[in-house]
Amino acid sequence: MALMTGSGAPLRSRLARLAETVTTPLVPADIFDIFAPLRAGADLRGRIEEVRAETPDAATIVIRPGADWAGHVPGQYLRIGIDVDGVREWRAYSLTHGPRADGRISITVKAVPDGKVSNHLVHEAVPGTLVHLEQAAGDFVLKSDHDRLLFVTAGSGITPVIGMLRNLFPSTDTGVLRLDRSKDLDIVVVHVAPSEPDSIFIRDLESLAAAGAITLIARYDDVHGVLDVDRLDDLVPDLAERRTLACGPAGLLDALAAHHERAGLELVTEQFRTERIEPGDGGTVAFADGTLLELDGATSILDAAEEAGVLMPSGCRMGICMGCVLPMRAGAVRDLRNGQITAVVPGDGAIKVQTCINAAAGACHLDH
Amino acid sequence: MTTIQKQAQSPIAHLTESDIEQIGIELDAIRQDILDSRGGADAAYIRKLIDTQRKLELGSRAVLLFSIFPPAWLLGTAGLSVAKILDNMEIGHNILHGQWDWMRDPKIHSSTWEWDMASPSEQWKHSHNELHHTYTNVIGKDNDLGYGIMRVDEEQRWAPFHLGQPIWCFINAVFFEYGIAAYDLDLGAVIKKKQTDDPEFRRRAKSVLTKIRKQVTKDYVAHPVLSIPTGSFLPTLAANFTANIVRNLWSNSIILCGHFPEGVETFEKRSIEGESRGDWYVRQMLGSANISGSKALHLMSGNLSHQIEHHLFPDLPSNRYAEIAPKVQALFEKYELTYLARPLVPQVYSAWHKVVRLSLPNGWLATTNKKNVPSQLKMLYAMSTKGPKVRRAAQARLTQQARRVEVQAAA
Repeated sequence: MALMTGSGAPLRSRLARLAETVTTPLVPADIFDIFAPLRAGADLRGRIEEVRAETPDAATIVIRPGADWAGHVPGQYLRIGIDVDGVREWRAYSLTHGPRADGRISITVKAVPDGKVSNHLVHEAVPGTLVHLEQAAGDFVLKSDHDRLLFVTAGSGITPVIGMLRNLFPSTDTGVLRLDRSKDLDIVVVHVAPSEPDSIFIRDLESLAAAGAITLIARYDDVHGVLDVDRLDDLVPDLAERRTLACGPAGLLDALAAHHERAGLELVTEQFRTERIEPGDGGTVAFADGTLLELDGATSILDAAEEAGVLMPSGCRMGICMGCVLPMRAGAVRDLRNGQITAVVPGDGAIKVQTCINAAAGACHLDH
Repeated sequence: MTTIQKQAQSPIAHLTESDIEQIGIELDAIRQDILDSRGGADAAYIRKLIDTQRKLELGSRAVLLFSIFPPAWLLGTAGLSVAKILDNMEIGHNILHGQWDWMRDPKIHSSTWEWDMASPSEQWKHSHNELHHTYTNVIGKDNDLGYGIMRVDEEQRWAPFHLGQPIWCFINAVFFEYGIAAYDLDLGAVIKKKQTDDPEFRRRAKSVLTKIRKQVTKDYVAHPVLSIPTGSFLPTLAANFTANIVRNLWSNSIILCGHFPEGVETFEKRSIEGESRGDWYVRQMLGSANISGSKALHLMSGNLSHQIEHHLFPDLPSNRYAEIAPKVQALFEKYELTYLARPLVPQVYSAWHKVVRLSLPNGWLATTNKKNVPSQLKMLYAMSTKGPKVRRAAQARLTQQARRVEVQAAA
């Protein structure tokens, strides 16, 4: 806990300091957390109060947030940290409802194959479980004047949009759920891919279109030729009445930005982090100061970074002492002792990794 | 004990290079088993333990607010002693080893944890995790061997001041947390090398003093003051002092048992050059000793009663050591190595016996019997007060006699 010093410190912090003389090396908050983890002033947490099955593979999780929950607007998402098999996992889910009278919040989760957290939430989470929360966030806010949306996606740029669409229209074994929050939405998706077989998530888009949740306009380079942004109006005649959200390669985004600026239209790019981590053999390691190293898969990050002149914390250099642990914000590393992969999954915060026994297995970003 | 490189019959002479490699492979497999099955139950264990420890400490301190009443004093002091021991041993020591880092809980993590102890966790991690666990029992590298103040090996030349080592050792036990703090600062060496002006040393010393000030304020000012309304200022102060001493004596005893008992091997500095993973494992196997006993003993010792397993796998969760101990012991037997385990009392006795034995010149204790006590004492007096020449001559004689006693005993 950071305490203010000096005679001008507010009374509250002076009291906190006084209380700390009794609890050190703990802080008073550690003691209060034992009895009242949801109190005002605590780290933001929530307690699962209800797990309501929507379908065999989807559930709505109702959570009583801590006293400091600042509220949200429909369409926002929140980051939730839950312990799965003892490991704290963070994911982002859109909030299911607008603000509720009882002050509770909820997320609707579909268990996806191999989805560690989604399966846990749908099938194993029990009322009473304490979860960790962050305040609601997201510019993708569904106001009433934004009921008409246009998504323009290219290649893997579809990934964040699929995340949003799944949250709006949970697709379950028994069909697409139409929730209150999305019943008035009119959504067009223009999805661009080199060819149909190359188009990831196309089945999801097609089933959403079949269920009437979205209007899908799929454009394949090999069939339709490369998309000309200036002719977007032909594909979407009511373009000007829609709010456009785009995700894709820089070339497409730049062209869209120019087009929308000329037309005086608003363009939003969603900030969901979406890279999927496919662990590779070796990779790059980026440091906070901008240093970028190219590493093979057999050398520890510590050795390689030191070789390159980066000042690294270190210790035993054999995986014992934790003296070398650094937070990894993105990427994946492979444990040189047993090949185990540690990856920062989208939605995760930073994960602390031992640099002395881990090699790069992807494009890693270290907070150091 | 002599470093294994200088023993007539090395305990690992029968192991081939491929044996040692195989030991490494088998131990890695044991480790992987635990990694694969580590999960929710383990996380629940440490969370529950931390919760229990905090409630016990809180409850004990609440009872001590009324410590003017003797039953409250006894109950509160006992509870606080146990709480402090749990904090230091099963919780603090093991979290600071990173045994629970895999949970990715920022509050239960080796990089953020702080404990009820004079030495700041940052400094302890360096001297303990980095130096002691890497250079376990290597003379001249592992300062845990005697904390730099004791003679721990026959090969270290005896000097008269070593006679006092049972006393230093006892004082160190009573004030163990401060001993550890000084040792983590490498205070002795810094003073000897006159490096007390070094800014890095000053920074670390300041952080130790800050920590000590907070600890002392809590136990000897804040809580006694809170007890004033019942007239319990002094009883609470005494209770906190007692709990600290109990914790110190207990943790010192457990730690002495880990590497100090007779039969634990030590190693030469140059023997670890180019050490393989298997070599490192074998050194840990021979350089540690276990304490056999009940579940309660394992818990209160922070599972350092499974010192061998802990040294082989310092980052595995401590609650799993008991489970792998039989496998590790079977491995010792397979490769004809000695798995050193004794109950607490014999193990503590053995450690202290070694402290006393090595406080005296080599062979002195072995060659002393009821009949020759006066002459032995006379020799010891001469060795302590006269010059190095006398000392060398007497030592030669002692060594010869000791060998004879050994041969007779063997016959």
